[in-house]
Amino acid sequence: MIAMKIKYLVIALAVFSVSSIFIGVSGISLTDIFHLNEFQQQILLHSRLPRLISIIIAGASMAICGLIMQQLSRNKFVSPTTAGTMDSARLGILVSMLVFSAANPLFRAGSAFLFALLGTFLFMKILDKIKFKDAIFIPLVGIMFGNIIGSITMFFAYKNDMIQTITAWLQGDFSMILSGSYELLYISIPALFIAYLYANKFTIAGMGEDFSINLGMNHKRVVNVGLIIVAISTSVVVLTVGVIPFLGLIIPNIVSIYQGDNLRSNLPHTALLGAVFVLFCDILGRVLIYPYEIPIGLTVGVIGSGVFIYLLLRRKNYA
Amino acid sequence: MINVKNLSKKYNNKTVVNNVSLNIKKGKITSFIGPNGAGKSTLLSAVSRLIKHDVGEIMIDQKEINSWKSNELSKKVAILKQSNNLNVRLTIRELVSFGRFPYSQGNLTQEDWEKVDEALSFMELHDIENQFLDELSGGQRQRAFIAMVIAQDTEYILLDEPLNNLDMKHSVQIMKVLRRLVDELGKTVILVIHDINFASFYSDYVVALKNGEIIRQGPTNEIIEQGTLKEIYDMDIPIKQIDKCKVCVYFA
Ligand SMILES: Nc1ncnc2c1ncn2[C@@H]1O[C@H](COP(=O)(O)OP(=O)(O)OP(=O)(O)O)[C@@H](O)[C@H]1O
Ligand SMILES: [Mg+2]
Repeated sequence: MIAMKIKYLVIALAVFSVSSIFIGVSGISLTDIFHLNEFQQQILLHSRLPRLISIIIAGASMAICGLIMQQLSRNKFVSPTTAGTMDSARLGILVSMLVFSAANPLFRAGSAFLFALLGTFLFMKILDKIKFKDAIFIPLVGIMFGNIIGSITMFFAYKNDMIQTITAWLQGDFSMILSGSYELLYISIPALFIAYLYANKFTIAGMGEDFSINLGMNHKRVVNVGLIIVAISTSVVVLTVGVIPFLGLIIPNIVSIYQGDNLRSNLPHTALLGAVFVLFCDILGRVLIYPYEIPIGLTVGVIGSGVFIYLLLRRKNYA
Repeated sequence: MINVKNLSKKYNNKTVVNNVSLNIKKGKITSFIGPNGAGKSTLLSAVSRLIKHDVGEIMIDQKEINSWKSNELSKKVAILKQSNNLNVRLTIRELVSFGRFPYSQGNLTQEDWEKVDEALSFMELHDIENQFLDELSGGQRQRAFIAMVIAQDTEYILLDEPLNNLDMKHSVQIMKVLRRLVDELGKTVILVIHDINFASFYSDYVVALKNGEIIRQGPTNEIIEQGTLKEIYDMDIPIKQIDKCKVCVYFA
């Protein structure tokens, strides 16, 4: 049964990927594929393919980041959007632009990473201190925490006349993805691979510190590795695509419902479902008001918040 | 052997374990009894390195507990806490397989899976091994945790109130399993237990704690005795001999 579901996800990914390549203002049709003119080749190589690749990497990355965070915090509603990770990454981008104005992308990524890591770490520390660990209360704290960081970002952006620049990162958008601007995303791939190697350790960490000690595992170190992976992936996604809300929240929860919390077997599902979901939303955003586009942040946000509310309502029935 | 010498533990200046010394005999079942808040869980947690003690020493096989490598110790000592409010969705089988983590770091070999199956059979969990923990009754979950500890295959097995949530049948089942672990596989079991009749029937030694101190310890027979119980619980508990066993009638 489990193998079947992987199969469906792979098929869906393939179908959506092909559709994604052939949807767009400048027409390329399936029959053209073997005799593309130069313009069509350009479109394909420099726009459509980069877009597809970045959607897949970003979708898989954000879903897996959410999964790791939920496991490590032992709370189903913690994710890069509900723990201040994305907001912190954005602050990091702003700081890098203010401090080194002509920053190269790696510099920016480094700064986004550092801030994302610090922000998430801080949130986990706050979590430790909170006595009232209601499942809903914690993401609310996280959202407030994110908003505080967001306000700081806005304050400095305003002071430095950079509101325009920084709001560009507020909402995820794949329409600006071109070859040369998205390659940073590849950094996320080794991070996800390490996540897979650590999957069992994350699962144990999710059972709590005492369980970890009993099994002879260094709980702190595993949590730190997890947070570093989350910070790397989140920061490169925010930097290249922008904020994609809810993804890290809903995808792992859906997978957990039918598949459980054993990370080793969950990770592939989560990655695939994340990619399929973003691909679907992206295609939807491109066809709904054709020839215009709805940014991905908006489509995912609308559909995602709906799913989120559904998950909240059914929470009583499981976990 | 586990040797505890002059162990003390304070929480916010309140001494909860006070100058405790004891030797746990290998290949036996030792039960910790005593009223709520006596310090039983704290003592057990210190011996299993879940908490750090303040004063004193804990030797596990002649080696101070803090000089053990954590991974090595996890093949020697297993602990199951009093309450395990896990909210992870793992199946029983998956949970039990994590008991093999100290040996396999998550990549289970054929032999590891055999140990998992063995533990599942020991606890008679094969029927429901593919059910998720969050869809089990409290007692079934408790049995799954015990199976995980058995799969860990350690010489010392420490259990804090393992009969929590269990009905009579399963309480008896678990105590019998513990007995088999000791008699057939030569394990050493230390448990905290409230029902003194279970302690009386199944354990070899009893350690009685009160207000953070050991007030009595010795072979079960010597502790399950009216005067001693009065000292421990401040209750007059008549004891009836049924066949070879002493039964404490503590209901009135
Ligand atoms: N983390 C902690 N912080 C502060 N005090 C604690 C902590 N853990 C235990 N205590 C205190 O230490 C004392 C002993 O607790 P412990 O849990 O060892 O008792 P116990 O004998 O296991 O009781 P029970 O039979 O109710 O499980 C209690 O008074 C308790 O309030
Ligand atoms: Mg206790």
